[in-house]
Amino acid sequence: MLKPRILRGALIGIVALVLLAGAVAWAWASNSSIAPISPPLPASFPEAQVNAGAVLAAAGNCAACHTSPDGLPYGGGNGFETGFGLAYSTNISPDPETGIGTWSLAAFARAMRQGVAQDGTHLLPAFPYTHFTKLNDGDIQALYAFFMTRPPVVAPDHRNTIPFPLNVRGLQAAWKLLFFRRGEYRQIEARSDSWNRGAYLAEGIAHCAACHTPRNRFGAESKGSSYAGERFDGWLAPPLNATNPSPLPWTQRDLYDYLRKGESLLHGAAAGAMAGVVKDGLSRLSDPDVQAIALYFADINGSADRAEGTAGSLNLAMTRRLVDSGKDTEPGANLYLSACAACHYDPPQSARSVQASLTLSTSITSADPSNFIQTVLHGVGGMGEGGPFMPGYAPALTNSDIELLARYLRRTRTDLPEWNNLPTAIAAIRPAQRPSR
Amino acid sequence: MSSPSRTLFMLNGRELAVTVSGDTPLLWVIRDVAGLTGTKFGCGIGMCGACTVHIGQRAVRSCITPISAVAGTQVTTIEGLSPDGQHPVQKAWVQAQAPQCGYCQSGQIMQAVALLWQIPDPADADIDAVMNGNLCRCMAYVRIRQAIRIAAADIRQVAARA
Repeated sequence: MLKPRILRGALIGIVALVLLAGAVAWAWASNSSIAPISPPLPASFPEAQVNAGAVLAAAGNCAACHTSPDGLPYGGGNGFETGFGLAYSTNISPDPETGIGTWSLAAFARAMRQGVAQDGTHLLPAFPYTHFTKLNDGDIQALYAFFMTRPPVVAPDHRNTIPFPLNVRGLQAAWKLLFFRRGEYRQIEARSDSWNRGAYLAEGIAHCAACHTPRNRFGAESKGSSYAGERFDGWLAPPLNATNPSPLPWTQRDLYDYLRKGESLLHGAAAGAMAGVVKDGLSRLSDPDVQAIALYFADINGSADRAEGTAGSLNLAMTRRLVDSGKDTEPGANLYLSACAACHYDPPQSARSVQASLTLSTSITSADPSNFIQTVLHGVGGMGEGGPFMPGYAPALTNSDIELLARYLRRTRTDLPEWNNLPTAIAAIRPAQRPSR
Repeated sequence: MSSPSRTLFMLNGRELAVTVSGDTPLLWVIRDVAGLTGTKFGCGIGMCGACTVHIGQRAVRSCITPISAVAGTQVTTIEGLSPDGQHPVQKAWVQAQAPQCGYCQSGQIMQAVALLWQIPDPADADIDAVMNGNLCRCMAYVRIRQAIRIAAADIRQVAARA
């Protein structure tokens, strides 16, 4: 007998196929190729426009996906596990043969706004055109100017490993019909200019939801659980909505500190892919723009509603930070003293930096231990002078050491249930290479 | 091992560019490339504290810190703590006759300096907690604690006069 879940899956499949049939015809009818042009001369773009494009390209963290670890900037070739197979990022340098050198502004704009390549084929939604569609004309033009003035990189695109029939690009038309709403960002009049600016940046070029919103079985961001958090690259991209497990609310100021400096004293430090987002991306944005993004997410996460509980949560946290609790009976407590307390310690009489004893760390209050394990194994940092820093303890601590530390911290720093999947979770993360960024 | 790449950082106030594999421990660069041997190799797994240096204002175990992670930062070793070896913690070390064999002391001193930045007037419990990761095989812990108390009083006195 078919299980209901499979039955439901089959029904969804049938509905999808019906939609698809219609969409395929529509798709072929609607996408023509756009004539190649001779690559525009770099000097033909005003300097100010190129500079504006550079800031946007940083905010979009384009290089993180479109540059392979050993490759030249924007030459593409990074493979991404989509859940359906590997999708490789493409060469977006202005090389006329292997990059986008012959793409007109119209072709570039169509790719950004509709996810359609110069030749009329659909791009995979691993390229977040679902967000870039919100960009205004000026920003699209600036990005075009930026990319067309980069050094051309000769690097043919890799073949994706997504199997037939999912690799049939026409099918993307059906996907778009189901999951893609085209259109520029529209101001919400009831909100401030700064809020709208933050929303424009976050929902558009910065495409925060691409990592922080769960995806449905078709790989689309699920509308119903916007910013509810999602696993990414062995890390948990934490919820940015009211379900964020941080003991203290993320206020605009906290978010600003985190996005600007890579660290909020009352919450934690940017690590994993987010460290690169802060260092290589958001660092290029102006202060008012970073404040705008912080304002936007402080609103989305409902921090104002939680403000009243802050003092109580802080007081509770202060009672939980004794580093030596259990040291006579619990090996994890001793290990903490040897390996962690030199930095992760607060004197009992001082409330200066509660984060130091990890009482407020979201990595420890999360139901998913991944970020705790990642941080212990791979450390935090690479942001240069003044940024947060911790070396990785992968060569120092065994999996069972990390388990002991995890159990100790979860027990003493929170009153949440213990993590019950630790050995598996640690073993799953251990063989991963140190993140390249 | 990744292929050699160039890393630029400040070591004791001087710019240093090294071309080594990015996963080379900072400790090897300090000792073998820069030739500063005051920083010691102890356990190699960040558990004994002998290799402690400062990255900015943080005390860090250099044996498990890959060189790629220090790009653009200020690294200070025991040699760079004071031009004439007269940092208050170093003076206190002499006054308390803290070391016995001396192998752990540069790491101990670097950790103690960072401790006093964070906690200018530490209680014994604070000293014990923060210094717990710096091992001394000669068991000079009592004198090390005493030296830290002397240094703390000295630094506070200087600050009060200023």
